[in-house]
Amino acid sequence: MSEYRRREQSITLSPLEQQLGEHGEGEDTTQELLTLNFGPHHPATHGVLRLIVTLQGEIVRDVKPIIGYVHTGIEKTAEDKAYWKVIPVIERMDYLSYYFNAMAFCGAVETLIEVEVPKRAQYLRVIHLELNRIMSHLVWLGTSALDLGAISMFWYCFREREKILDLFEMSSGARMHTRYFQVGGVIEDIPRGFAEKLSGFLEEMPSRIDQYGALLNRNEIVLHRLRDTCPLDAETLLSLGVTGPLLRAAGNPWDLRKAAPYSSYDDFEFKIPVGTKGDNYDRYACRLAEMYESVKIVKQALAGLPEGPHITEDRKVALPPRHELATSMEALIHHFKLVTEGMRVPPGEVYFPIESPRGELGCFVRSDGSSKPARVHMRDPSFVNLQATAPAVKGAYIADLIATLAMLDPILGGIDR
Amino acid sequence: MEVKREKLGPGGADALRVRQLNSRQLLRGGELEGPTPSAHLEGADFERYVEESVMTTTLDKAVAWARSNSFFPATFGLACCAIEMMSIVAARVDVARFGFEAFRASPRQADLLILSGRVSIKMAPIVRRIYDQMLEPKWAISMGACCSSMGVFNNYALVPADKFMPIDVHVPGCPPRPEALMHGVLKLRKMVQDEPDQGWRERYEARGTEEVLDAQQMREQAKAATLAEQEAQAAAARAAMAITAGGDADMQDASGA
Amino acid sequence: MPDATGLELIAQELREAEGDDAVLSTVFFRGRGTLEVEPARIGAVLARLRKRGYAFLASVHGVDYYPEEPRLGVHYELLDMSSVDRVTVKLRVPIDAPEVPSVTDAWPTANHQEREIYDMFGVVFTGHPDLRRILMPEDYEGHPQRRDFPIGGEPVIFTYNEHDANPSGAGRAGTTGAGQAPTPGAAR
Repeated sequence: MSEYRRREQSITLSPLEQQLGEHGEGEDTTQELLTLNFGPHHPATHGVLRLIVTLQGEIVRDVKPIIGYVHTGIEKTAEDKAYWKVIPVIERMDYLSYYFNAMAFCGAVETLIEVEVPKRAQYLRVIHLELNRIMSHLVWLGTSALDLGAISMFWYCFREREKILDLFEMSSGARMHTRYFQVGGVIEDIPRGFAEKLSGFLEEMPSRIDQYGALLNRNEIVLHRLRDTCPLDAETLLSLGVTGPLLRAAGNPWDLRKAAPYSSYDDFEFKIPVGTKGDNYDRYACRLAEMYESVKIVKQALAGLPEGPHITEDRKVALPPRHELATSMEALIHHFKLVTEGMRVPPGEVYFPIESPRGELGCFVRSDGSSKPARVHMRDPSFVNLQATAPAVKGAYIADLIATLAMLDPILGGIDR
Repeated sequence: MEVKREKLGPGGADALRVRQLNSRQLLRGGELEGPTPSAHLEGADFERYVEESVMTTTLDKAVAWARSNSFFPATFGLACCAIEMMSIVAARVDVARFGFEAFRASPRQADLLILSGRVSIKMAPIVRRIYDQMLEPKWAISMGACCSSMGVFNNYALVPADKFMPIDVHVPGCPPRPEALMHGVLKLRKMVQDEPDQGWRERYEARGTEEVLDAQQMREQAKAATLAEQEAQAAAARAAMAITAGGDADMQDASGA
Repeated sequence: MPDATGLELIAQELREAEGDDAVLSTVFFRGRGTLEVEPARIGAVLARLRKRGYAFLASVHGVDYYPEEPRLGVHYELLDMSSVDRVTVKLRVPIDAPEVPSVTDAWPTANHQEREIYDMFGVVFTGHPDLRRILMPEDYEGHPQRRDFPIGGEPVIFTYNEHDANPSGAGRAGTTGAGQAPTPGAAR
C-alpha cells in the first residue's frame, strides 16, 4: 500500500471527542463553547425563526429557539369578528395549509351549532384538503432540497404547485387564502371544467413524484446528509407532543384521518406511510409517499363526488343563494341578519382536531352565545413540533441542524400565530 | 403592437449602408469613399450622421439604466407573501427574465428589500437594522397588504412598514399574485430608470446613513483644517524657540528681528 | 370518546383517589367530556389519567372567562391513542392569584405551551423551567389575550392622511422640495 493510500485511511469522520481522545495525551481536550445566533433573517431557517445555538467546534450542544417574530395576534383579532369573518383571518395562520386552518375552525363551529354538512360539501372539502396537502409537501420539498443544495428541485416542485394553484383559482377565485370553506360547507360549487382539469393533473402527478424520487431518493449527497442523522424515537416524540409525518417516520402510524375520521375520510381507501428509524431520511420518505396517497384520495373523491347542495340548507347558518333573494322574504331577512350580525352560536366550548400536513391541528372555540367567538385558539402542530428540535440535534453537526430544520417543516405563521 | 417606420434619409437603404461603412472607416482612421463622406458633411447632416453612428447619453441616465436592470433583491420573506415571492422566482413568472433572480442573503450585497409579509412589533427593529445595513442606493418594496397598511390584521401586534422605513412601491394584495408583484418590481424599475435623483430622499428628508457634505461645506472644512495645521506648526515653532531661548541670545535676536 | 357515564366514572375514580375537591364538575357537551379540577391537583389528576391510558397531551391552552370569576382558565386536552379517546381537563384561577403548578416535568410538551399562556394571559406556572415571554417581545407590558386588553391597531396610512397619521415616520409634515409630490409609487 502506498504512502498516499495510508494517509487517506487516517482521515476519519468520527465525532470530536473520539478524535481528541485518540491524540489526547497532555492535550487540552476542553474546548470553548461558542454561542451563535441564527438570526431571524436567515436564508435557511424556514421563516423568521431565531435559534441560539451553542456549539463546540461544529457540534451542536444546545439549541434554543426564539419565536414571536411573526406574531400577528390572530386569536385576538378573531375574537373581534363575526364567525364567518374569522375564516379569512384564521386561514392566514399556517400559511401553507390554509384550507386546513379553515377546516379546523369550521369543524369546531359546526360542532357547536350541530349543523350537518352535506355529503357533496364533505367530498369537495376532502378534495381541496388533499390538494392542499400535496401543495404544502411540494413547497416543503422544494425549499428543503434548496437548503440541502439541490437547487433545481425548487423549480420542479413549484411547477406542480402552480398547477394546483390554478385549480384553487378555478374553484374559488384566489390562489392562496381562498376562504373557500364556510361554516356548513363550501362557499361555491366547483365550476365546469374543474373536474377535467383535476383529473388531468391527477394523471400526471404520480409520474412527477416519481421524477422527484428519481432525483433525490438514491442521491449520494442526500443519503449522506439525511440517512441516520438526528433520529428521534417515538416515545420521545410522543412525550413532546409531536404528531404528523415526524411521528410516522419514527414508526407510530397515528393519523387522524384514519383514527378519528372527519368529513367522510372513512369513505376513501388510502395507506399511511410509516418509517422505521425516525431519522431525517425517513421523514423525507414519509412525506414523499404521502403525496402519492393524497393523489389516490383525490381520485376517489372525484370519482365518487355525489350530487347535492354544496352548503347546508340551514339559512340561519349559510347565506341563501342569490336568486332566492328576489323572490323570498325570509331569504332576504336571513341574508340581512347573516351579513350584518352573523350567525348566533349556542354557548359552549369545543376542540376540533384534524390532520394537517404537519400534524394535529386543533381548533378550540369558546362561544358565549353571541355572534362573535369568545376565544379561538389554534393548536398548531409546528408550535409543538418545534420543541423536538433541541433533542434531535444535540450532538450533531451544524449541517445536520439545517437538514433537521428542513425535515421538521416548521411554518412560522403557525408557530407565532 | 404598432411598428413605427422612419425614413432612412436621402438615398434610401443603400445610402444608409454607405454611411454605416463610412463611419466604420472613420473609426478605423481610414480613407472615406462614397458620394458624401463624413469629412465633407456640414451642419445638420453631420449632426444626424453622428446620431446614427454614436449613442449619446448622460452619465446619470446610463448609471440609472444599469442600476434599474440589475436589482439584487434581499431574501426577506416573513409570512404568506414570501411564498408568492418564491413563486416569482419559479418558472411561470420568471423574475430571471429581467435579471433580478440573484436573491442575496446578505443585506450588504443586496439593493432591493422586498418586504413580504406581516411585520410584527418584535420584527420591526430587525427589519430596520437589515435595511440600514444595505448600501446606498437601495429601494424597498412593501409587498402585500399587511406591511403596506395593516392588512387584514389591524391590531396590537403589527406595524405598517411606512412607520419605520421609507418604501418606494407598495404592492397591494393578500397575498399579491406573482404577476402583481412583478408589476410592482417593474414599476420600480421604471422609477429608477427615469428618476436617477432618488427623489424620495428629498421628499422624506431621509439621507440614510451616509454623510453628505456639499462642496461649499467641504471647502470650508478643508480651509479650517489647513488653518489649524498652520496654527499647530507655529505653536510648535514658538515652543521650540522658548526652550532654546535661555541658552542662545543670538537666536532670539535673530528670530525677534 | 368516553360517553357521559364513562365520564362520571372517571370523575368518581379521581375523587376517590385524590379527594373530593379534586374534581369540581363534569360537563358532557357535543360528545366530549370535560372535567373541571382544582388547580393545585392538576399534576396528580393528569398522572392518574395517564395511568388510565390518556398518555398524550395534545394541547394546553388558556381562556379568559371575563367577566365571570374566576377569570382565567387553562385547558388540557388529553388523548388516548389506543382507544382514540379524548378528554379535556380544565381549571380556573382568579386574576389576582393566577398560579398554577406546571406539568412540564411529566409532560414535556407543555413547555412552550405554558409559556404562551403566561405570555398571553399572565398565568404563572410555578415550577416551570423557563417561564418567560415567548411570542411578544421580552419587555412587553400587559397580557394581550385578556379580554380587557384593547385590540390596538394603527390608523391606516393613506395619501390624504399621510402626514397626520404618521407624524414620526417617513414623510413628515412640511417636507421640503416637492411638497405636492405623490406618495412614491402610488399613483404613477
